[in-house]
Amino acid sequence: MLLEAKSLRAGYGETQVLHGMDFAIAQGSITALLGANGAGKTTTLRALCAMVKTSGEIRFEGNRIDGRATEDIARLGVAHVPDGRGTFLHLSAEENLRLGAYTRKDRAAVEDDLERMLGYFPVLRERRRQQAGTLSGGEQQMLAVSRALMLRPKLMLLDEPSFGLAPRLVHELFGILRDIRSREKVSMMLVEQNAALALELADQAYLIETGRIVMAGTAEALKRDDSIRKSYLGY
Amino acid sequence: MEALIHQVVAGLATGGIYASLALALVMIYQATHLVNFAQGEMAMFSTYLAWTLIDAGMPYWAAFALTIGISFLMGILIERIVIRPVENAPVLAVVTVFIGLLVILNSVAGWIYTYTIKSFPSPFPPGMALGRFMSPHEVGAIGVTLLVLAALWVFFRFTPLGLAMRAAAQNPASSRLVGIRVGWMLALGWGLAAAIGAVAGMMVAPIVYLDPNMMAGVLLYAFAAALLGGIDSPMGAVIGGFVVGVLENLLGAFVIGNELKLSMALVLIIGVLLVRPSGFFGKVHVTRV
Repeated sequence: MLLEAKSLRAGYGETQVLHGMDFAIAQGSITALLGANGAGKTTTLRALCAMVKTSGEIRFEGNRIDGRATEDIARLGVAHVPDGRGTFLHLSAEENLRLGAYTRKDRAAVEDDLERMLGYFPVLRERRRQQAGTLSGGEQQMLAVSRALMLRPKLMLLDEPSFGLAPRLVHELFGILRDIRSREKVSMMLVEQNAALALELADQAYLIETGRIVMAGTAEALKRDDSIRKSYLGY
Repeated sequence: MEALIHQVVAGLATGGIYASLALALVMIYQATHLVNFAQGEMAMFSTYLAWTLIDAGMPYWAAFALTIGISFLMGILIERIVIRPVENAPVLAVVTVFIGLLVILNSVAGWIYTYTIKSFPSPFPPGMALGRFMSPHEVGAIGVTLLVLAALWVFFRFTPLGLAMRAAAQNPASSRLVGIRVGWMLALGWGLAAAIGAVAGMMVAPIVYLDPNMMAGVLLYAFAAALLGGIDSPMGAVIGGFVVGVLENLLGAFVIGNELKLSMALVLIIGVLLVRPSGFFGKVHVTRV
C-alpha cells in the first residue's frame, strides 16, 4: 500500500469532523472518496497533508507521516490540488507551475515537465505570462492540476477537480487525468461530488458519511450498489 | 539655477537612501502586512557596528561587507526570536513588539556608544566628483543604491528562492503544499530587509552623522516614500523614495525652510492616506472566482 490511514480523526478547533477513518490507497491506483456536502471529504485530504489538527496513524510508503509538517509531506511526494484551487493569484501562470517543482533539483527535467504540462493543457501556454488571478475558474483548475504534477508526485490528492467547470471541460479534464494516470506513475485520491464521474475513473472507492466510512469496495461494486445508485448516482 | 540643480542632485542621493529603507519596509509589509517601525533602529545599529569595525582598523569595504552579513543574520534572529512568537497575535500586539524593538535598540545603542554624535566616513574619495553639482559621496550613494536595487530585482525576479519568497508572502497555505518552508522564507525576508537597512544606514551616516536617533527622520521619509509609491509595491517604494528625497530638498531650500522639512513627510503621509491610500503604484489585484 502506498498510503494507509488508521483511526484517522481530524477537526477544526472544538469541532471534530472525522471520527476515526481507516482506508488505504494502493500503489498506482485511483481511489475515489464519495459523500455528501459536509461529510468530511475535504477534511480527509487536509488531514493527510497536516493542514488540520489530526490524530491517528498515517503511513506513506510504510513510514509514519502523521505529525509531520505540510511542507515535509509535500517533499515526500504528496501533491495536493486543494479546495479552492490554491492559485498564486498575483504570480504568472508559468511561475505557478515552476513553484510546483520548487523542491526538485533536476533542473533540466523540470523544463521538460513544464513543456509537457503546457502540452496537456494548451490553454495554459497562451496564458503563460498572464497573472494567474485573471485566469478563468476552469483554467485555474487546470493550472492547479499541472502545478501538482510538476512535483512529480507519487500521490496526488485531488479536491473536487470538476468544481465550477463547464461539462465539456469536466469531460476534458477527466480525460487528461486518465491519460496522466496511464503515462505517469502516480496514484490519486479523488474527492468528488459527481459520483458517477469519479466511479468512472477510479479503481477503488470509499463512501463517507459524517466523518465515518460507511462503504468501501471496487468502483465497479459501488456503481452496482442500490443505495449508492439512488443517493449518489441518481438513477 | 545652479542652486536648483544642486538641490535636485542632493535630493536624489538622499532619495536613494529613503528608497532602500522604503524597500525594506515594503518587504516586511508584504510578508506580515505590518509596517516595521523598528526598521530604522535596526539600520542605525548596523551602522554603529560598521563604525566599530572601521574604528578597529578594518578597511571600509571589508567592514561594509561584514556589516551587511552580520545584519542579515541579526534580521533572521530577530524574526525567529522576537517576531515568530507573535506571528498569529492581533495586530496591536505585533505593533507593540515593533515599537518595543525600536526602543530597545535605541537605548542599547545609546548605552554602548553614548548619545554623542560621531562622524562616519564616506568611502568615496573627494577626487571622484563628477562635475560641480555632485559631491563624491552623493554620486557614490546613488550608485550603491542602484546596485542594491538591481541585485534585489534580479533575485526576486529570476531565482527560484526569490520566487518562493514571493509565493510564501502572498499564499502561505499553497506554498506549504508545494514544499516551501514558509517560516524560513519570512525569516529570510527579515534578513534581507535588515541587510538593505544596513546599506541605507552606512550611506546616510556621512550626511546626518552617527547617533542613536539618526534614523528617526530617515524612517519617516522612507515611510512617506513607501506610502506614496504604494506600500505593497517595491517599484513604487523606490520611485517614491527618489521623489520624497528631491521634494524634501527643494521645499527645504526654497519654500518652507529646513526647520519644517520633516513636517512635509508627515503631511505627505496624511495626504496620501486621505486621497489615495493605495499609493501611486499600489497594484490593483484582479481576482476571479
